[in-house]
Amino acid sequence: MHVDLYERIWMGAAGAIIVVFLASMGYTTLGRAVQPPSHVETIDPASVRSDAEFGAPGVTVHEDGSATVVMQAFMFGFLPNEIRVPRGRDVTFRITSPDVIHGFQIVQTNANAMVVPGYVSQFTTRFDRAGEYLIVCNEYCGLGHHVMQGTLIVEDRPPLLRALPPEGGAP
Amino acid sequence: MIQSRKLALANLWVAIGAFAVASAMAFMQSLSRADLDLPFRTVRMYYLSVTAHGVLMAIVFTTFFIMGFGYVVAERALGRPVVGRRLAWASWWVALIGTALATWAILRGEATVLYTFYPPLMAHPLFYVGTALVVVGSWGWCWVVARTWHVWKKESPGVRTPLPVHGMLASIIIWVLATIGVAAEVLVLLIPWSVGLVDTVDPMLARILFWWFGHPLVYFWLLPTYVIWYTMTPRIAGGKLFSDPLARLAFVMLILLATPVGFHHQLVDPGVEAGWKLFHTFNTQLVLFPSFVTAFTVIASFEIAGRKKGARGLFDWIEELPWGEPAFSSVALAMLMFAVGGFGGAINAAYGMNAVVHNTAWIQGHFHLTVGTAVALTFMGTSYYLMPRLLGRELELTLLARIQPYLWFGGMLLFSISNHLTGLAGMPRRVFDASYAGSEIARQWVAGTGISAVGGIFLFISATCWVAVMFGTGLAGRRIEPDPIEFAEPLEGENGKAPILDRFGLWATVAAVLVVLAYAWPIAQHLSMERFGSPGFTPF
Ligand code: HEM
Ligand SMILES: [Cu+2]
Ligand SMILES: [Cu+2]
Repeated sequence: MHVDLYERIWMGAAGAIIVVFLASMGYTTLGRAVQPPSHVETIDPASVRSDAEFGAPGVTVHEDGSATVVMQAFMFGFLPNEIRVPRGRDVTFRITSPDVIHGFQIVQTNANAMVVPGYVSQFTTRFDRAGEYLIVCNEYCGLGHHVMQGTLIVEDRPPLLRALPPEGGAP
Repeated sequence: MIQSRKLALANLWVAIGAFAVASAMAFMQSLSRADLDLPFRTVRMYYLSVTAHGVLMAIVFTTFFIMGFGYVVAERALGRPVVGRRLAWASWWVALIGTALATWAILRGEATVLYTFYPPLMAHPLFYVGTALVVVGSWGWCWVVARTWHVWKKESPGVRTPLPVHGMLASIIIWVLATIGVAAEVLVLLIPWSVGLVDTVDPMLARILFWWFGHPLVYFWLLPTYVIWYTMTPRIAGGKLFSDPLARLAFVMLILLATPVGFHHQLVDPGVEAGWKLFHTFNTQLVLFPSFVTAFTVIASFEIAGRKKGARGLFDWIEELPWGEPAFSSVALAMLMFAVGGFGGAINAAYGMNAVVHNTAWIQGHFHLTVGTAVALTFMGTSYYLMPRLLGRELELTLLARIQPYLWFGGMLLFSISNHLTGLAGMPRRVFDASYAGSEIARQWVAGTGISAVGGIFLFISATCWVAVMFGTGLAGRRIEPDPIEFAEPLEGENGKAPILDRFGLWATVAAVLVVLAYAWPIAQHLSMERFGSPGFTPF
């Protein structure tokens, strides 16, 4: 089949762009192990409110300074509604829903996950800037969808952590 | 005059009607977002309207337009009447009744589940039955067009399948493979659950099945659009098709790659392993290639048109194109916006960026460029060409027709750019009101939602112009002896080149194998876990 010279060049360039996209994807995912939140764990949505872990949601700060946030996203709010986490440390979120699908998005960060009833969404991130952040639900979940919000406060040196070693230092 | 004109017109009128209703709802939505206090603006109304707008635009307008267009292509390009006109009419009725049922459920406020209808949000059973009937009707259309081609093939040994039909058959293969997913979701999971035969449904399984359908749906819209770009617009512009085999190559690549990509819509979902997401995202990047090829071939075809009219310089052929002819200008503007939308799409599918933009207003900015403009504006423009020829009437209100594409382009620039920006700044999509109880951060979005509302006003005026021209032409256009509907000729004869690209059975089989590879394993893995279903919720 005859292909015009310019078109050959164009197709070559298009192919090259796609190879670059693929390579950068390969590098970030395989090379640097950057993965989207893809945790596989199931839970009975009917038992979320009485579950040992999700029935008592909240923030736990570990000895190494990292934190785990356990949360419920429900119609129409987040529980707990306000969370405080340390700056510059790994924060692992574990979220589930007792009712419909919700979204969990911390505005102006890359924390963004779907929360599906029957499943536990889990991902780890860090916040490098202290201050107050807005948490919103970004999946339609009913007539209260747009009022479903929460607050994340990233603290420089929360009282809890004062006794902890400096960032990056060995415990 | 073509024999299936009534059939084609019946389908096109449903598309036009659905579009008219949906754009009125869109108008209200974009004003609501800007927090204007309108008398009819209530929360319930907003989400009801977004549901109606999504279903009527993305499913009803597109599908009926494609069905009408497909009958025209089959008859005109194959030069024989459509085989199975009875079935074609029955399909039209089925799809129309389906549309009526789903719309009825939505307007009663009993199906405010948006066009993605993710369970455990539970709609009235007739919403699911209605959407299923639209899909069943479209299958009837697939059968009629494919059968017409098959009969033609036997009658015309050794003649190559005309390019427009090649594209429509590709679209049909994609549609049949894609709708298996949604049919399984609706028939096996949702209908029994919504009528109370089973108590619970697995929302994640439903999402997987939905996106099996949801992404190739995009190509079901896009392939007929490409058929127009390749085979009609160059002719309207007065040129020739630059390369016939490359167009066929693009169609075949789309058949193969349209479906095994659905998980890229679920990058931040729980319950799906990262490896599967990576595999689908990989395929997603490959699917960019046929679109790049299309861009080249179509623009080169326009250049031929411009040069025929005497242009000699590097770019002056652009000025020679018929910009005042709405059937051309709308398509050219649609293509321009698609180029921008394509880049955005590559970003959406990039692993890192997805987490920043997923389910924000960025997405809504993106798909109004792609389906909302590349596809919809192309269809609108094509109807300026088709309707007079099918109706045997002269186009009415030509001034409105001439400005309509530019109004759409301008309005969409405002609407889309502002939504991309507010999305990057974190504003979620599908919200009645984005003020978040006066949150400081949310205040940054106000300028954007205002601009988006202005864009919405322009878009609505443009939509109204188009609907007025269509009804004006249909009711009052001067009767004329219609011009024939014709397709662009290739620059060089196409016979005998790369005949393998015409082996539809082969490509359909390979595509089916790819779908199995992409879905059988993850679904089997999914079904083998301990899972907990959800009862239905109706928070609307
Ligand atoms: C008259 C011009 C249009 C305007 C002003 C407009 C405006 C809007 C607005 C404001 C939303 C709501 C977004 C939200 O709350 O997230 C929306 C959603 C949507 N629009 Fe349009 N739109 C127009 C045309 C179109 C066209 C032509 C199509 C496709 C053929 C389309 C497809 C959609 C879809 C699929 C949704 C998503 C609904 C959902 O999120 O469930 N729109 N549009
Ligand atoms: Cu929610
Ligand atoms: Cu929500």
